[in-house]
Amino acid sequence: MRVVGSGVAVLAGAALLTMLLFPICWMIASSVTPESRLFQSPRLLPSALSFEHYRALFDERDFLVPVRNSLVVAATTTVVAVPVAALCGYALARLRFRGRGFLLALILAVSMFPQISIVPPLYLMLRELRLLDTYPGLILPYVTFSAPLAVWLLTAFFRHLSPELEEAAMLDGASRVRALWDVVLPLAAPGVASATILTFLYCWNEFLFALSFTLGPERYTVPVAVTLLRGRYQVPWGQVLAATVLATIPVALLVLTCQRRIVAGLTAGASKG
Amino acid sequence: MAALRLEAISKTFPNGHTAIHHVDLAIDEGEFLVLVGPSGCGKSTLLRLIAGLETPSAGRIFLGAVDVTGVPPQARDLAMVFQSYALYPHMSVRDNLGYGLKVRRTAPAIVAQRVVDVAAALDIEDLLDRRPAQLSGGQRQRVALGRAMVRQPNAFLLDEPLSNLDPALRAQARAELRRLHGRLGVTVVYVTHDQEEAMTLGGRVAVMRDGVVEQIAPPLEVYARPVNTFVARFIGAPAMNLVPASLVGIDTPPGAVAGIRPQDLSLAGSGQLRATVDLVEPRGHDYLLHLRLDQPGLDPLLAVVAGAVPPAVGARTFVAVARERLHLFDGNSGTRLA
Repeated sequence: MRVVGSGVAVLAGAALLTMLLFPICWMIASSVTPESRLFQSPRLLPSALSFEHYRALFDERDFLVPVRNSLVVAATTTVVAVPVAALCGYALARLRFRGRGFLLALILAVSMFPQISIVPPLYLMLRELRLLDTYPGLILPYVTFSAPLAVWLLTAFFRHLSPELEEAAMLDGASRVRALWDVVLPLAAPGVASATILTFLYCWNEFLFALSFTLGPERYTVPVAVTLLRGRYQVPWGQVLAATVLATIPVALLVLTCQRRIVAGLTAGASKG
Repeated sequence: MAALRLEAISKTFPNGHTAIHHVDLAIDEGEFLVLVGPSGCGKSTLLRLIAGLETPSAGRIFLGAVDVTGVPPQARDLAMVFQSYALYPHMSVRDNLGYGLKVRRTAPAIVAQRVVDVAAALDIEDLLDRRPAQLSGGQRQRVALGRAMVRQPNAFLLDEPLSNLDPALRAQARAELRRLHGRLGVTVVYVTHDQEEAMTLGGRVAVMRDGVVEQIAPPLEVYARPVNTFVARFIGAPAMNLVPASLVGIDTPPGAVAGIRPQDLSLAGSGQLRATVDLVEPRGHDYLLHLRLDQPGLDPLLAVVAGAVPPAVGARTFVAVARERLHLFDGNSGTRLA
């Protein structure tokens, strides 16, 4: 019985994995297939290895610029949004004050607006502030839109930690902020890691704001640049796929490093007697 | 001068519940004061007020001569042992013990030395490099105690520190706490719901009910002269019997209630009380009897009697009362009369 059960589980896992990995394999395989062979009968392993698309991306298109733009914008947003969200979430989880539930709902409501509906007003505001086509012009809206999710995530995480731990730290002589830093944040590491990944991913994938608030190739982020690779009469599929591979790499790296943190954090949490 | 003084402290929570009503309390330097009462009586809230984890709605708190009413916990220099121990799960025992010193910017060499000293005093030297999750309940309790001792604070606040231990360990830890207090001579405020712990540990015992301190006195005095029926029944096990005083031949004042400890009752060949044996509970060196009085409408009397052979269930017997050990209370207010 047990052998059968685990066999089914392995099969199901394998099926799921194939489904998830198939497009990625195709993407990678196609990105190293010469343009001339791209539309022949498709195959998972490339018949001939060629890095012409990658070369073209960097030599002809200067693809490093959008990668750099995306990294700067996403990293800055994450560095700003996660600490703010941590402090905010801690206050919402611990401090008793009037209208806390309303405030939480309001924070969530901010991220509920359809993005397209606030593009015009944001565009006008950024123009007035002379922030169009600048990094801060993207970072500000990104922080606004990604922080609510992080706040909710971290609030839930902090609530799960026993307040007695911070109280013990405070009686040991730590201020509330010190207790947050020394005791709460290490124990909330899985939550902080999740918030970091989600915030970074949001910025990395965001398209509409990036398209609307940047005016030229020197400020395009990766999603915008990839979309605009297509010409009027043809789509350079090889280059598009090479670009998507490049766009996936930083995200995969981030998730892999944070995943280790998440697992470590989970076991640290479990050791709470 | 009192090490710790509460003046007219009240605490009402935002939800309208008043946990503490106008409590005055003075604790001497080096005293071991036990706050005892049933759950929900406000004893833990009172301890948290002293610690600074809650702010009083009214009244003042003094540490020595200093008014600390508005002072945050980290500036009061008190140490607290929590019921859950609240050890930092991500730190080793060594770091747990040293954290309070580290936060206060003590030199690392001194921190290391103090940690080793305290670990030696509590016999937990072997555990210094373990995480709290790798410790047994008794070991965690020692670490929590050590974390409080390492700093030599103004006073120790202990919130039911023994309630998570099994009975054998609890008795051992209780004796150890007493010895430790004798050796260190520090001021201790100890919260428990266990009257036996209160009796054995306390230099003085404060019995609380519904946010009010009913009586504060040395344990034997609380036992011998409880100020009202609540204290009388809460302190001492099994609980004191309460019967109309007229039943034992006392008519003044009318309506008075007589309190008789189960140990002060005995079975006799004659007397003014007749009863039927309802239940016999052997307790080893004696028996606990439930006696149903002939007078209707009264609770069964509890009596502790020694002897090799207990009376049979259903047996008729007279009950003798040690007159000189009666407690007399007012029938309405329950306060002590004499």
